[in-house]
Amino acid sequence: MDIQLKRGLLDVCVLTAIRNEESYGYKILKDIKPYLEMSESTLYTILKRLEGADMLTVRSAEHEGRLRKYYRITPKGRERIEEFKKEWREVVSIYRFITKEDTEQ
Amino acid sequence: MKKPEFLEILQARLSTLPVPDLEERLDFYAESINDRMEDGLTEEQAVAALGSPDDIVAQILSDIPLTRLIKEKVRPKRRRSTLTITLIAVGSPIWLSLAIAALAVILSLYAALWSVVIALWATFAALVSGGFGGLVGGIGFAVGGQLLPGLALLAAGLTCAGLAILLFFGCKTATRGTAILAKRIVLGIKFAFVRKENKK
Repeated sequence: MDIQLKRGLLDVCVLTAIRNEESYGYKILKDIKPYLEMSESTLYTILKRLEGADMLTVRSAEHEGRLRKYYRITPKGRERIEEFKKEWREVVSIYRFITKEDTEQ
Repeated sequence: MKKPEFLEILQARLSTLPVPDLEERLDFYAESINDRMEDGLTEEQAVAALGSPDDIVAQILSDIPLTRLIKEKVRPKRRRSTLTITLIAVGSPIWLSLAIAALAVILSLYAALWSVVIALWATFAALVSGGFGGLVGGIGFAVGGQLLPGLALLAAGLTCAGLAILLFFGCKTATRGTAILAKRIVLGIKFAFVRKENKK
């Protein structure tokens, strides 16, 4: 898959995993696992990028006697998801145009 | 492999990273191992689920720009003494020119690599224009009454066009191959930086 396209997809997948409630690294990976396989290193890079773009905030909280980092989506992160949906409606309509002849035959 | 061993390997192999960055990454992996163990995995299974340290290091390095790695490497870990500073200043005619030479070698290697690709594409462009010119010129001659030179020109044009089509695939493969090679070279240089650091 095209690298730019994939990067955008992964970003939105991670944002979606924290859309309803804040989450932590391992849970994010587990939640998106049915849809795509992602390594810890990739997730770390994405979380850093999203934090830098103000699309999520990070806080450390105690859990079972150790620290765990929780990620929470920001309004800007929600905007990104909506933007993505709009972009993909266009992509889907282009896809229909491309495959129109296949279905007509 | 147990968690401390895994984290130690990562720490040693990634020692060129800025300390806060490195610590944050190690914390991230430690948290992931702990969460997996809480989920029912044994320590060994949890570590194995993260993948091999080699793969992790390679991926992290390819995500970080080369310039940042060099900057971190050049930055002194401790304050330099007056003697070191004097030596660095006095020795600058030697090490500076050596550094520039090394940089020039790498750059020229890069340029040489890509100039082959550019030359291939230029040949392709020449063949395309030759083919086009041959066809147009040949038809022109033939219509003008000079059948024999016209045919010869047409044949030459068609040969050019045929060669151009063949060369197009060669050009594409060469471009892709060069891009992969260039990426490997950068990764190789990054690894060289990290290895040197580990020997200290």
